[in-house]
Amino acid sequence: MTLQPNDRVADTPESGIRKFFELAEERDDVISLGVGEPDFSAPWAARTAAIHSLEAGKTSYTANRGKLELRREIADHVEQWGHQYDPDSEILVTTGASEAVDLALRTFVDPGDRVAVHQPTYISYKPGVRFAGGEPLPVPTGADNDFVLTPEALREAGAADADALILCYPNNPTGAVMDAEEIAAVAEFCVDNEIDVIADEIYAALTYDGEHTSIATMPNMRERTVVINGFSKAYAMTGLRLGYAMGPPDAIEAMNRVHQYTMLSAPTTAQYAAIEALRSCEESVDEMATAFNRRRRFVLSRFEEMGLDCFTAKGAFYAFPACGGDDEAFAENLLEQEGVAVVPGSVFGPGGAGHLRISYATGMRELKTAMNRIEVFVGDR
Amino acid sequence: MDEKQELLSLLSTDAREDVDDIARQLGTDPETVEGLLDELESEGTVRGYQAVIDWDNTDSQRVAAFVELNVELDRETGYKEIADRIAKFPAVESLRLVSGDYDFAIEVTGESMQAVSQFVSEQIAPIPEITQTVTHFIMETYKEAGIDFGDRDDDDRLSVSP
Repeated sequence: MTLQPNDRVADTPESGIRKFFELAEERDDVISLGVGEPDFSAPWAARTAAIHSLEAGKTSYTANRGKLELRREIADHVEQWGHQYDPDSEILVTTGASEAVDLALRTFVDPGDRVAVHQPTYISYKPGVRFAGGEPLPVPTGADNDFVLTPEALREAGAADADALILCYPNNPTGAVMDAEEIAAVAEFCVDNEIDVIADEIYAALTYDGEHTSIATMPNMRERTVVINGFSKAYAMTGLRLGYAMGPPDAIEAMNRVHQYTMLSAPTTAQYAAIEALRSCEESVDEMATAFNRRRRFVLSRFEEMGLDCFTAKGAFYAFPACGGDDEAFAENLLEQEGVAVVPGSVFGPGGAGHLRISYATGMRELKTAMNRIEVFVGDR
Repeated sequence: MDEKQELLSLLSTDAREDVDDIARQLGTDPETVEGLLDELESEGTVRGYQAVIDWDNTDSQRVAAFVELNVELDRETGYKEIADRIAKFPAVESLRLVSGDYDFAIEVTGESMQAVSQFVSEQIAPIPEITQTVTHFIMETYKEAGIDFGDRDDDDRLSVSP
C-alpha cells in the first residue's frame, strides 16, 4: 500500500474532541461551552499593527528566532513572573506555543525516552511525545488534590526514572493552578531525579487567585527547564499562531536548529501584532481577565447551586465539575437534550473520567442560559 | 480592587444583571450586593441605570445636537450657577464644563431639528450670561457609552476545540 502512515502516527488515535465537534456542528441551537479559545478578538491596536505591517509590505521571513524587537519585548514582559532571559540567545519565537512544545520534544527526547505527562491535560502532549519517538508516562492527578501534581504522584507513577516532564499549569482542561510551594515540591523532585521540564505556561496571565509561579524560577531549575508561552490565550490571538520558548542558550540554540529547518520563522504579520500587543495592550488583557474571572465565579457558584461537585478552578478559562458517572454519556445526552456542548473529561486522559470540561470563554448571557439548561438536565436525571 | 470598585466596573459593562447574578460573578452574596448598591445610590455615586440605545434603529424621529456655549461670568454668577439653570431643562441630556475655545458642552435632544433650534434660541441663548451658542446637529452615531454600533461580530470559532 502507498502512503502508509508510520507506526507512531498509525497508533495515535484521532482526538476525542473531534466527535463532539461533529455532534455540535449538526445543530444550530447549540450553546457551546466546549471552546478552547477566548471569545474576544485580538486587541484592536495589535490588529492595526498587523494591518500596517502588511500595508508597508512587511511580508518576508524574519530572523529564525523571530524579530529581535519582539524578543526584547518578550524578555521585558516575562519579568513579571520572575524570568530573566536574554533576547539574543535565550528566546525563540515560534508558530504558536504548539510548535514550541513540538520543538522541545523533538529536540530533547531520544528514542525510547520516558516523558512524564500529568493527567488530565491538554490533548497534544502524549501524541507529541510519541511523534518524537518517546514514551509518554501518564501521571494521574485528581479532584481530591485539586488536580495539582505532587512528588508522591510522580514517584508512584514511576516518574523518578523519567527523562522529562511536561508541566501545564494553569491547566487545560481543569483550570487548576499550582502555588509556589507545590511548584517547589515538583521542582525538587525534578532536580533530585535529573528530569528536564517542558513548562507550558500559555495560561499564565489568566491566573485569578494568587500569582502564577513558574517552575523555571525555582532553585536549580532554570538550566533544566524550557518555558513555553504565547499570545493565543492572553491576547486572544489564537489564529495568528504565535508563541515562544525560553531557556538556556544551548537549549534554545538546539531548538532553533529544528525550527530553522522545519519552520524557518514564525509568521511575520503575527510578530508585528505581538510587538504592539506587548507594548500597548496590557489594559485589554486585564479587561479580558476580569471578564473571565467574573464568569469563573459565576459558573462555580451555579455548579454549587445545582449540586454538581466542582473544585475551585483558579486559572485558564475552564471549570472541571464532576458529573457523577459516565462523562461521555453525560456530554452526549446534554448536547442532545439541552443543546449545550461540553467536552467529556476523559478526552484529556483517564484521570479526567467522570468530569466535564466547561469553557467559560463565552458571553455572560449565553453562559447564563447554558447553566440554566444544565441545571434542568441535572434535575431531570 | 475593592468590592465597591468591582461592582461599579461590572455595572458599567452591564447594568441589567440581577442582584443574584452580580453576587455570583463577584463571589459574594446577594445581600452584600444589595447593601453596596444602596450605599452607591445614596452617596450619589450611581446616578441611574440606562440602556444604550441606537435610536437610528427605531421609528423615533429623535434629533440630537451638541451645543457649544460661551458665557461671561460676573461677581455674583459662576459656572455652577449657570450650569444649574441649564441643567433643569429636560431637553438638555448632558452638560459639561470643558477646557478650550468654549465653556460648556451640552447635548440637546428634541423631536425635530426645528424643535432643537428653537429650544436653543428661545431657552438657552437668552440666559443673560451666555454670550454665544454654536449648534452641531448629530448626523450619525457610531459609538456610544463605550459600545460600538458597527456590525456585531459573529462568533466564527469552532464550536468545540481543544
